[in-house]
Amino acid sequence: VAGLAVFNRKMSVIHFFLKENGRCITRLENMGFRVGQGLIERFTKDTARFKDELDVMKFICKDFWTSVFKKQIDNLRTNHQGIYVLQDNKFRLLTQMSAGKQYLEHAPRYLAFTCGMVRGGLSNLGVKSIVTAEVSVMPACKVKFGFLQKLK
Amino acid sequence: LSQQTNTLNSELFTLTYGALVTQLCKDYENDEEVNKQLDKMGYNIGVRLIEDFLARSSVGRCHDFRETADVIAKVAFKMYLGITPSVTNWSPAGDEFSLILESNPLVDFVELPDNHSGLVYSNLLCGVLRGALEMVQMAVDVKFAQDTLRGDNVTEIRMKFIKRIEENLPAGEE
Repeated sequence: VAGLAVFNRKMSVIHFFLKENGRCITRLENMGFRVGQGLIERFTKDTARFKDELDVMKFICKDFWTSVFKKQIDNLRTNHQGIYVLQDNKFRLLTQMSAGKQYLEHAPRYLAFTCGMVRGGLSNLGVKSIVTAEVSVMPACKVKFGFLQKLK
Repeated sequence: LSQQTNTLNSELFTLTYGALVTQLCKDYENDEEVNKQLDKMGYNIGVRLIEDFLARSSVGRCHDFRETADVIAKVAFKMYLGITPSVTNWSPAGDEFSLILESNPLVDFVELPDNHSGLVYSNLLCGVLRGALEMVQMAVDVKFAQDTLRGDNVTEIRMKFIKRIEENLPAGEE
């Protein structure tokens, strides 16, 4: 329990880090990309481990997301044509903020950072992707992935 | 061994700070400039973080600098970084002390490349402390005296009390 309290405080501080980096979405996405790479860095690129896209997605949704945000995702959908939508109803980077003006101003930063993070993680697994995110209702977040290549 | 190579580094906080420092190194030409920027960012963060801290901890007003030191080490550092540095090396006048950090979550798995020997990687912390204390009417000077990233045995932050900042009350109020 004490561990989670510190984790939540660290999430608040991450907000401050991101706010201090200005409003440039590309810059924040790039920072996220680097973070995502770092998260996966010591994970061996054992492509035999992932049989197909769904395997990679399961890894992202279970191991990756849970390890980083200390909670599971709430939903994963696909159109079976390479697009996946992950949903987290209590996204940790948003739960520290109350709904209202503050969210409107800052949410794009956190989303850009998160998209970059996921894209960076996938990149280090050998997968090129396009990742976007949106907030439907605070603090729920939807992350949409498109794989840019077929897994061998 | 395969267990190790197959684990995720789940420390988002550490990696985000690393990405921030890396970005600054790209933005600015030399380590001195990056150090300044980290301090400035830290200051901006500190002046807001103090509100979060006061709201979440139940500490009242500190009566002296020694109490301040204890609160910083035992409450603030614990709350935000999960570590409790030790408070030592008090000056005879009681206006200066050291925080000794046995571990520093900001630097997990970090190595300074050779061309950044002047970088004070965790300098953001100095700015945070300075900004936060300014909001509670204390002007302090904070700097790293030792840094494990630069080859020292421990990480030591030195804090010096400069002066009390008088609260500015609007005219006509007591």
